[in-house]
Amino acid sequence: MDFAYAPAPESRDVVDIRPSYGLFVDGAFTDGHGEPFKTIDPATEEPLAEIASADASDVDRAVAAARAAQEKVWGPMPGRERAKYLFRIARLVQERSRELAVLESIDNGKPIRESRDVDLPLVAAHFFYYAGWADKLEYAGLGPAPRPLGVAAQIIPWNFPLLMLAWKIAPALAGGNTVVLKPAETTPLTALAFADLCRQAELPPGVVNIVTGAGETGALLAAHPGVDKVAFTGSTAVGRSIARTLAGTGRRLTLELGGKAANIVFDDAALDQAVEGVVNGIFFNQGHVCCAGSRLLVQETVADEFLERLRARVSTLRVGDPLDKNTDVGAINSAAQLARIRELADAGEAEGARRWSPACELPSRGFWFAPTIFTGVAQSHRVAREEIFGPVLSVLTFRTPAEAVEKANNTPYGLSAGVWSEKGSRTLWVAQRLRAGVVWANTFNKFDPASPFGGYKESGYGREGGRHGLEAYLHV
Amino acid sequence: MSTETSLSGAELRAYLHGLPGVDQVGADERAARLATRSVKADAKAAAIDLAITMVDLTTLEGADTPGKVRALCAKAAQPDPADPSVPKVAAVCVYPDRVADAVDALRGTGIGVASVATAFPSGRAPMDAKLADTRAAVAAGASEIDMVIDRGAFLSGDYAKVYEEIVATKEACGDAHLKVIFETGELVTYDNVRRASWLAMRAGADFIKTSTGKVAPAATLPVTLVMLEAVRDYRAQTGRQVGVKPAGGIRTTKDAIKYLVLVNETAGPDWLTPDWFRLGASSLLNDLLMQRRRRATGAYADPDHFTLD
Repeated sequence: MDFAYAPAPESRDVVDIRPSYGLFVDGAFTDGHGEPFKTIDPATEEPLAEIASADASDVDRAVAAARAAQEKVWGPMPGRERAKYLFRIARLVQERSRELAVLESIDNGKPIRESRDVDLPLVAAHFFYYAGWADKLEYAGLGPAPRPLGVAAQIIPWNFPLLMLAWKIAPALAGGNTVVLKPAETTPLTALAFADLCRQAELPPGVVNIVTGAGETGALLAAHPGVDKVAFTGSTAVGRSIARTLAGTGRRLTLELGGKAANIVFDDAALDQAVEGVVNGIFFNQGHVCCAGSRLLVQETVADEFLERLRARVSTLRVGDPLDKNTDVGAINSAAQLARIRELADAGEAEGARRWSPACELPSRGFWFAPTIFTGVAQSHRVAREEIFGPVLSVLTFRTPAEAVEKANNTPYGLSAGVWSEKGSRTLWVAQRLRAGVVWANTFNKFDPASPFGGYKESGYGREGGRHGLEAYLHV
Repeated sequence: MSTETSLSGAELRAYLHGLPGVDQVGADERAARLATRSVKADAKAAAIDLAITMVDLTTLEGADTPGKVRALCAKAAQPDPADPSVPKVAAVCVYPDRVADAVDALRGTGIGVASVATAFPSGRAPMDAKLADTRAAVAAGASEIDMVIDRGAFLSGDYAKVYEEIVATKEACGDAHLKVIFETGELVTYDNVRRASWLAMRAGADFIKTSTGKVAPAATLPVTLVMLEAVRDYRAQTGRQVGVKPAGGIRTTKDAIKYLVLVNETAGPDWLTPDWFRLGASSLLNDLLMQRRRRATGAYADPDHFTLD
């Protein structure tokens, strides 16, 4: 029997998108002095709202507000009091999670199943986790009297807008810092909803400031002499330029940049679960994941069988309306990103790799890219070397564990990796040799606020999450 | 039929232990994710009717009487007396000594009579007794036999004994379909469930079934997922299709729909018929009827509007 699931759209009624949004500075929404821009729904290309853009004077204002709040209110406040605010924020995130999940899916294009089941629970978990540290900083093993850095400038990407905000803001606030955060140009709405939530939590004005805008706003913020620390998540190219700007200034910097992670499948792996893990590794969030398992390294002895299973599984992925509760793969976030994915996929074909996608009907409007698998990929192909940041998997094979490690490490990046084997000794042998900040064994894309996350090499430096993430916001 | 008759214990063991493992965390996660599928509107209506046609309506009590069995058979043929459009269930499942009563009551309805056999539920009886049990049920008219494997033999590594018992029971079944019950609550690990699945399929099982309903946990989504993967792979390898029957603990429409989604996205739509997928249950049927009537009328009827048989 053909068991077609009827459309099951999550209601948009829970969100109230205003026609225009200002900047959130010193506890109030204010006008920006740059040229406003529109944010759109990538699934339909419909404009959602007009967003203010911060110019140099606006960034000055935001940094000054953060400085005043840090020196007069937030810094001197006892940790146990700061914790109360963070716990309150965490609970409000939970209370408003449906609204925030729908808003995230509308502005970003990710499936509601993921924003509801992954993003929002993790956002709340991060605030709960760091709320717990706020009054225990002396016992974090970072020295007897850790002190806040001061004002943190935080620039976040569009792939997990609210989750990246939580990763940045929660540890900063727990440590007694105040922040000026710039969300990505294409996904500002949940950050602005978070600003409203901060007011609801009665967070003192100036502790969290949100400035919207494009790359120029981000560059102004990163280069601002009034900040003590810059935290950036995004592309390696922008990360490099920020590092150049900050060199020699004494300001602290953490960078979480790109990746080209290898998912290594040995022939003794639990194949069905490895297939799931590979699918989750690359098609989760349309592949817009810096730690995505974008290279599959599969042992030649099982390569054919594994690929057959993988293709069968990918054929069951449901691509379409991000708000449908049964959607597995949503919309590509922007026209620019879609163009980049197409360009790299075309390059893959031109270089001789075999391209495959399941039969799947894509909506006529909006930005869409079918799940794609390249086989016959060589290390020298662009699809094996460059970060595509889309639902495109490059498949390579290997013969021995040493060859798998060599190929996995043969990339300028080093953010994450996956190992699939039922043999514990082999998993440990391989994991010890992988140059990646995170190695997942028999799973992939698992995140927890207690676990530090970050990269090697051109994937950046510094860690977010856990005690390590706290250290990045403290003088110790 | 691709059953094999001469397979040494050592070969069998090497084969079963050579199957790819099942990662428990991953299997649990996949089953949980599929359980979040939202089945509404027309899809839900179709799923409810499909689930009704897949029910093996079951009574397996020491207190079963001819009267009890007759009442259950009446329910099977006409689940909702107030609504003749409700489809009938797939089969009625009883103990061997009640088969004749069920055959009598179901004559002409097209509903199958399934009998548990082989010293159900423990399977702890001499082989001769198990086969006699099976033959008696078949002679009384059972069209389906639900046997239990010897879990003691399986857990001690004596796969050959389990295999031979299935082959012998299959032979004793004649034309009756053989469902092989693993009692996955006693096999515990998913690796064991996968091995039992392949063992039973290779020995000639027509269906593989999770549980007797007498041991907790009975059917679970991840266990059924592992079994569905096995029948899918077995057909790809041999061309022979084997059915799956989760039994025990499936009580609500929501549960039943989760199983249908699991079938749809694991083994595929070919298994979405009563010929290849069954739900072993009793109280489930009334919940399906209640949800069905709610879809028709927009309101939940009092439970007493549905018969308790």
